[in-house]
Amino acid sequence: MLRFVVQRLLQTIPVIWVIITATFFMIRFVPGGPFTAEKAVTPEIMRNLEAHYGLNRPLYRQYLDYTWSLLRGDLGPSFKYPTRSVNEIIADKLPVSAELGILSLAVALGLGLPLGVLAAVRRNTWIDYACSSVAMIGICVPTFVLGPLLILVFAIHFGSFNASGWYGPIDRVLPSLTLGYVYAAYVARLTRGGMLEVLSQDYIRTARAKGASEVRVVLKHALRGGLSPVVSFLGPAIAGIVTGSFVIETIYQIPGIGREFINSATNRDYTLVLGTVILYAGFIIAMNLLVDIALVWLNPKLKFE
Amino acid sequence: MEIERGHSLWSDAWHRLQRNRLALAGGMLLVVLLLACAAGPLFSQSYEEQNLDLGAAPPSASHWLGTDTLGRDLFARTLYGGRISITVGLVATFVALVIGVTYGAVAGFAGGKIDALMMRVVDILYALPFAIFVILLMVFFGRNIFLLFFAIGAVEWLTMARIVRGQVLSIKRMEFIEAARALGLGRRRIIFRHVIPNVLGPVIVYTTLTIPSVMLLEAFLSFLGLGVQAPMSSWGVLIKDGSEKMEEFWWLLVFPGTLFSLTLFSLNFLGDGLRDALDVRASKD
Repeated sequence: MLRFVVQRLLQTIPVIWVIITATFFMIRFVPGGPFTAEKAVTPEIMRNLEAHYGLNRPLYRQYLDYTWSLLRGDLGPSFKYPTRSVNEIIADKLPVSAELGILSLAVALGLGLPLGVLAAVRRNTWIDYACSSVAMIGICVPTFVLGPLLILVFAIHFGSFNASGWYGPIDRVLPSLTLGYVYAAYVARLTRGGMLEVLSQDYIRTARAKGASEVRVVLKHALRGGLSPVVSFLGPAIAGIVTGSFVIETIYQIPGIGREFINSATNRDYTLVLGTVILYAGFIIAMNLLVDIALVWLNPKLKFE
Repeated sequence: MEIERGHSLWSDAWHRLQRNRLALAGGMLLVVLLLACAAGPLFSQSYEEQNLDLGAAPPSASHWLGTDTLGRDLFARTLYGGRISITVGLVATFVALVIGVTYGAVAGFAGGKIDALMMRVVDILYALPFAIFVILLMVFFGRNIFLLFFAIGAVEWLTMARIVRGQVLSIKRMEFIEAARALGLGRRRIIFRHVIPNVLGPVIVYTTLTIPSVMLLEAFLSFLGLGVQAPMSSWGVLIKDGSEKMEEFWWLLVFPGTLFSLTLFSLNFLGDGLRDALDVRASKD
């Protein structure tokens, strides 16, 4: 087990390095720089600005400097917010996005798992069809349609929620529902499929035969096996929630890191783009590793390869 | 005694599909939508003709779905936007199909170490936040529709590669292939008569299911302002515009959003129906 984890961790190092290097050079080769959009500055000021940020040095030097400071955990200064470092901006905005992400994941699992189990246990009844329809709606109505529609109905028409902002607990409801619903739909479908497969197996019949109650059979014996497809979906789901947050934060005007990422790319804020990409890539890779470990824990038959 | 006629894989599948009313409805709705988007703009009002005096008008007899803030007919704009969305969906899926099938087939036929290495690469790519790179590409290199095709296609081929490789691997080992070889059939005949038809089912199913996810990605990018560029317009662009003005003009959001969701519904139902009809199961190895 430990060997597997260490091995996988070592494998991620070159992957992360490739991501950092590719992103670093990709940004530098695109037209436009962080200062081109600003009001026309004299060439002299431009030179000073570039000298200040080290942009006048050869590209490979900049790259080496960047990786060196990265190793010390310093993501560098932001180009667009002259007084702030990328570390500060991330520390400032990340908690907001993390909260949104965790709440959305809670919606996905809290809504998806019960729906899926219910549909599987009551297979081919109206309950099953109702659950499957709810799931299909989630899959086919994208977040950027659902979000504005929810605002239109619940914020503008009924006035029960604020249309945008991130202040009180009530402002968390619509965004996390919007972001979580799609994944709740997938979770419900996968749970249903996984449960159906498990419920027809011999050990479930054994559990029933020895007189375990139906609730116990479903929740204790079947759920563990039926969860595997859901757990393997969690990797893509978390990645999806990360990218989904870009749209959600735009729709509900939430001051999170997702909106900052899009802005920084548009502004050519080199260091901020790199910082957020490294953050996202590291996070998603780490989550995938956790998912792999959880899968083995759920199904000991899988051997660590 | 009656002699039973053989059923081919495809006629069986067709019969099963016909019994699935949801899939059939999805397929028919899709045909209607395709025809409307392809031919509609030829007959409807101009999608770019402005009528500033009219402004944003609610649905009426002369403008079935109303007009936008510049007085442009929303019905025509929605059909026209559908053209772009569907085109992106088809072309980018085709790109993904070509990459995925080639990669998967090579890995499956090669087997052994080459296969293991190629699939390890796919595993690693699976764990990467690709949407982020597509966003960066679109921001940096401009909102070019050909770049869009390629970028989306380059993201969506991974599952296809896995499926094709798995199919090829398992079919290679099947007894009927050995039997065909024992009968002295040529390599070409084995590939075209026996391998390809058996790989085709899953490929068709996953192509059908890839189209909606490609269209979603395109709309997602357009919503962030990174998709197709004006004067071109797609459902994602219309939804973005609509969501900005929905407080006063609800129809600008509701109609394009509904049409887009309906298309995704049809594609998903059809894809699921095809999967059941062709009896394809998702397998990772």
